[in-house]
Amino acid sequence: MTASPFDSQTRWLLPEGIDEFLPEQAERIETLRRDLLDLFHLWGYELVIPPLVEYIEALLVGAGTDLDLETFKLIDQVSGRLLGIRADMTPQVARIDAHRIRREAPTRLCYLDTVLHTRQDSFARSRTPLQLGVELYGHAGLESDIEILKLMVETLRLTGVQNFQLDLGHVGIFRELAREAGLSPDQEGMLFTALQRKSRPEIEEYLATTTVATKYRHMLVALVELNGGAEVLDEAKVALKQAGAPVQQALEHLHRLHYSAHFKLSPAPLHYDLAELRGYRYQSGVVFAAFAPGHGQEIARGGRYDEIGRLFGRPRPATGFSADLKTLMMLSSDSGASTASPGVVAPWSECEALQRFIRELRRSGTRVINELPGQAGQMRELGCDRRIVKQDGVWTIVAL
Amino acid sequence: MNVSDVLTIAVSKGRIFKEALPLLAAAGIVPAEDPETSRKLILPTNRPDVQFVIIRATDVPTYVEYGAADLGISGKDVLMEHGSDNLYEPLDLKIGRCKLMTAGRPGQQTVASGRLRIATKYVNCTRRFFASQGRQVEVIKLYGSMELAPLVGLADQIVDVVDTGNTLRANGLAPLEHIADISSRLIVNRASMKMKHHVIKDFIRQLADAVTQR
Repeated sequence: MTASPFDSQTRWLLPEGIDEFLPEQAERIETLRRDLLDLFHLWGYELVIPPLVEYIEALLVGAGTDLDLETFKLIDQVSGRLLGIRADMTPQVARIDAHRIRREAPTRLCYLDTVLHTRQDSFARSRTPLQLGVELYGHAGLESDIEILKLMVETLRLTGVQNFQLDLGHVGIFRELAREAGLSPDQEGMLFTALQRKSRPEIEEYLATTTVATKYRHMLVALVELNGGAEVLDEAKVALKQAGAPVQQALEHLHRLHYSAHFKLSPAPLHYDLAELRGYRYQSGVVFAAFAPGHGQEIARGGRYDEIGRLFGRPRPATGFSADLKTLMMLSSDSGASTASPGVVAPWSECEALQRFIRELRRSGTRVINELPGQAGQMRELGCDRRIVKQDGVWTIVAL
Repeated sequence: MNVSDVLTIAVSKGRIFKEALPLLAAAGIVPAEDPETSRKLILPTNRPDVQFVIIRATDVPTYVEYGAADLGISGKDVLMEHGSDNLYEPLDLKIGRCKLMTAGRPGQQTVASGRLRIATKYVNCTRRFFASQGRQVEVIKLYGSMELAPLVGLADQIVDVVDTGNTLRANGLAPLEHIADISSRLIVNRASMKMKHHVIKDFIRQLADAVTQR
């Protein structure tokens, strides 16, 4: 027997992958949200609030089919055009930089809001992640990469994620090898998917069916093994020494980043993986992600995507990172501890002196909750541990 | 010992695990009990920092993808069906070899309705294979004994892994089209590959040596 969707038992269930937060968790999320926005503010990142829906063409500029499938669509009754509910805020923020702010100086923007996914991907159990991110437009170079990476580390530290680790790559290396080796877009796509799975046997098999020159075959296969600590950068110099100047520059870029004084005090070890090509379609330089123990996939990701500005009609270098605040909260070590401060019960009264007393308490940051005449239940249930009483004609606080 | 220091390897009982045991032994890992007779779902090994979890073959990619296991041994057929974009599969163990094929009655003509009905447990692989040829088919999901389906008129053909072809022949069927060569792969969780880098890279290297020396 199938339950009717309007069954009295099932009507209160939420759709698959749609979640909500009850007071304790909601308070934690809100505290984190405020702390993070304060952090971004202190680093000079200005908050933007992009719209929930936009014309689909703008939302999907430069995006692959993945984002297209991830985006809910509806018809705008006013214009008759197709609208999309944002599944990723990064393109929205890029549009804002290109068309609304149009500043010459580097623009630093941050955002934190809910996005909606059509499907529940296996890791974000929620279809409504709380996406947070920062973007830095208008500077191409090591320094802006370092700033974003440092801010990502600060963000994870602030949210209380323990023992996380950073994983860096550079999409320019594979892209340039593919160009030098003369791979067709199809061949490049095949190798890309095999590389993402680190499937050495498939890469070797596939290259054997092509006419790619031997030295490029060796270098493309070598990418699979080029992952680990800083020693990988030295290994790469040897393994990829026959590659052209752009590859050498990319390696040099990673090398300079690794030995930058900015990471001497970093709480997270830097690891490298030259076969990791997150967001390959529109990413153009250094890419990075953070991993934490006990979580099977990355918890934050980012990198350089200089191409996106051109797609939005204003060529401009860009780098940034994003993460899901719900995931970060789950991994946070401060989980469980309620941040809510205990409250004080106030009797319901017409007394003016009591009203003044309550106003003063609230002004000084104390929660005061009225006990309503004839109300059911205990005030302890509402998180109160003290009570206002009149002693010798003066309103004062005593333990509950 | 901290949980994060233990290496968990997901495997399924049966042929693949049996063939993998010599390779694992060459990499210095031997189960503490006979996996075929033990009823334990978590199987300790001779190494305190390595354990097996014994699960169904089709669940191996799921365990590894979510990070419930760091590593796994899984047939390429299972990986193709699961979709393995979120996993690393660095090593072909060259065991559990077979072929993914279509099969049906030999010499059978095209069906009257024009739309072929295919019974299989490899629903995604089947759709992809026929779609890549521009052929519209109707896929019927079954969990076992696929060979029966054409015999009782449930389907026109089946898609299944074929080793010797004996079961097919015994039921009056013949292999028709080749879809993919199958062998077992070592799969690795993406985060584990980063977080337990040294242990896992050493393990892959030892296993790769064992495969080439076999």
